[in-house]
Amino acid sequence: MKLRYLEERMFKILIGISVSLVTVPLLIIIGTVLLKGGKVLVDNPGVLITPPGSRYLITGEGGFLHAVLGSLYLVIPATLIASLMGFGIALFLQSDYTSQRISGSIRTCLDVLWGTPSIVYGVFVLTILIFINQRGCLLAGISALTLLELPIITRYADEAIRAVPKELKDACYSIGTTRYEASKVVGRYALPGIIAGVLIGMGRGIGDAASVIFTSGVSSVMPGGLFDSVTAMPILIFQQASSCYPTVRGHAYAAAFTLILIVGILNFLSRFLVRKLSKYVPGGK
Amino acid sequence: MKRFQLRLLKEGISSKAMFLLTILIFSSFVAIFVTLSLKSSLVVSEYSLKELLFSSNWDPERYSFGFFPAIVGTGYVTLISMLFAVPIAILSAIYISEYASAQKSVFLSSFIDILAGIPSVVFGLCALLVIVPFVGVYLGPALGIETTGMCVFTASIVLAVMVLPIIISLSVEALKSLPIELRDASLSLGATKWETIKGVLLKGASPGIFSAILLGLGRAFGETMAVAMVIGGKNQIPRSIFSAGQTLPSLIVSSFGEMMSIPIEQSALIFIALLLFLIVTFFNLIARYINTRLKKRWHL
Repeated sequence: MKLRYLEERMFKILIGISVSLVTVPLLIIIGTVLLKGGKVLVDNPGVLITPPGSRYLITGEGGFLHAVLGSLYLVIPATLIASLMGFGIALFLQSDYTSQRISGSIRTCLDVLWGTPSIVYGVFVLTILIFINQRGCLLAGISALTLLELPIITRYADEAIRAVPKELKDACYSIGTTRYEASKVVGRYALPGIIAGVLIGMGRGIGDAASVIFTSGVSSVMPGGLFDSVTAMPILIFQQASSCYPTVRGHAYAAAFTLILIVGILNFLSRFLVRKLSKYVPGGK
Repeated sequence: MKRFQLRLLKEGISSKAMFLLTILIFSSFVAIFVTLSLKSSLVVSEYSLKELLFSSNWDPERYSFGFFPAIVGTGYVTLISMLFAVPIAILSAIYISEYASAQKSVFLSSFIDILAGIPSVVFGLCALLVIVPFVGVYLGPALGIETTGMCVFTASIVLAVMVLPIIISLSVEALKSLPIELRDASLSLGATKWETIKGVLLKGASPGIFSAILLGLGRAFGETMAVAMVIGGKNQIPRSIFSAGQTLPSLIVSSFGEMMSIPIEQSALIFIALLLFLIVTFFNLIARYINTRLKKRWHL
């Protein structure tokens, strides 16, 4: 009889240990990045907005504006394209457009693509680049990121649209709207979920290095046109984190700080927008 | 009248466009498989599969491509990280869904969302700054082992932290989706809370938890950057978990420089990507199959 309670107490202790083991890494990560990256940024805040010098990888002369801009040039178009495509596909997966069987298999396909390691996308786009004999460039990087973000954004949009009450759609159709017109109403209702998905996809895209390291051509000069090579902050972190030159390493820490900050802002923005946009949903403000 | 036709035109165009987009995503799945197979056919036709998978000699300059060290390394890293992550994740999921108050549960869930959103290179960087010195300077000597800290063990720890949020959030979802009547029925028979969890809830949620573990496994298996940063990048069969090694994805990254020059090496690395794609697809399909069975079982 006593054993039951002993077991319960023991597992409660184990559960407590587990929860603290989950929270400790986050604190360590944020602490390390804040300390190391914050120090570099406080000492020399100019690195964020200075273009790299000519011998950047050795002396760390200048700053890493090329990577900051490169990340934005890569992620913003990729997220825009993926959101537009994702919204279309998500609408098509609903019962107004396709049968359950087809949408089910496409959802499976999307889930599998979601779980596919980003390096596979990188190698895939690289293989295409080899076929057409082209070097890595901004456009290829954008395509790889679009592929990476598309399944995430689509599945979030799909779930959000699926949760729209059937009555809302029925009301639209009963006053004689087409499916296209009804989707405007449905889209508004699902907007909080869709936006959350877009921002999660964007966060994944901006932090991903494996898909762009092969495709964007990695350079240490400022980004140019669509067919010039660019670099992104995650690539910079990967390449410079174990550099033997302290300044160059310092830039990696500062870039990590910037990345964490961006991801944090995206997270906050998502919460804020979801609350704001729920005005189209009953019960929302 | 004209306005009416415009509406129908819009409807027609939009539905065709959506159809095309959907075809596109389906074909991208096929395209990945086909392009990767086409490019990797070179290495598969020159060497036998057995040679590629079980030879431990990786020396692109002498044209020998044995993936065995990387395969063993991947196996070690995935296995050890799951050994750490799974029990911790399941116990935390139990806390969040069963023990924690609503407020704490929301707080912890958002905490886990943040952890899930941290880029993998940042995990790698922090591991370089914290875990590598810890293992190299304290843990290694304390166990009487010579190690630089850049080793299979460090990579496993990083991976364990990275897959925690996936397994936790999916397991919480599985536990929370169980009907409340199950808990009431068990408690009314006189079971303690832990007995209810152990005997009823964990069994009921087991398909969901199992699929969460498989998804985490897929993630750990394919994770590239964080592992490449801390595993040491030596193409050898690791002698102990404290020696440097290589995993399949990190092999692709670390050989990237040479990749463009030798066609057969290119092909070998693309073959690895194909392997990764197929294996992870397999994991995900099983996870999904189990999940749908769970939903049928509880009539969700």
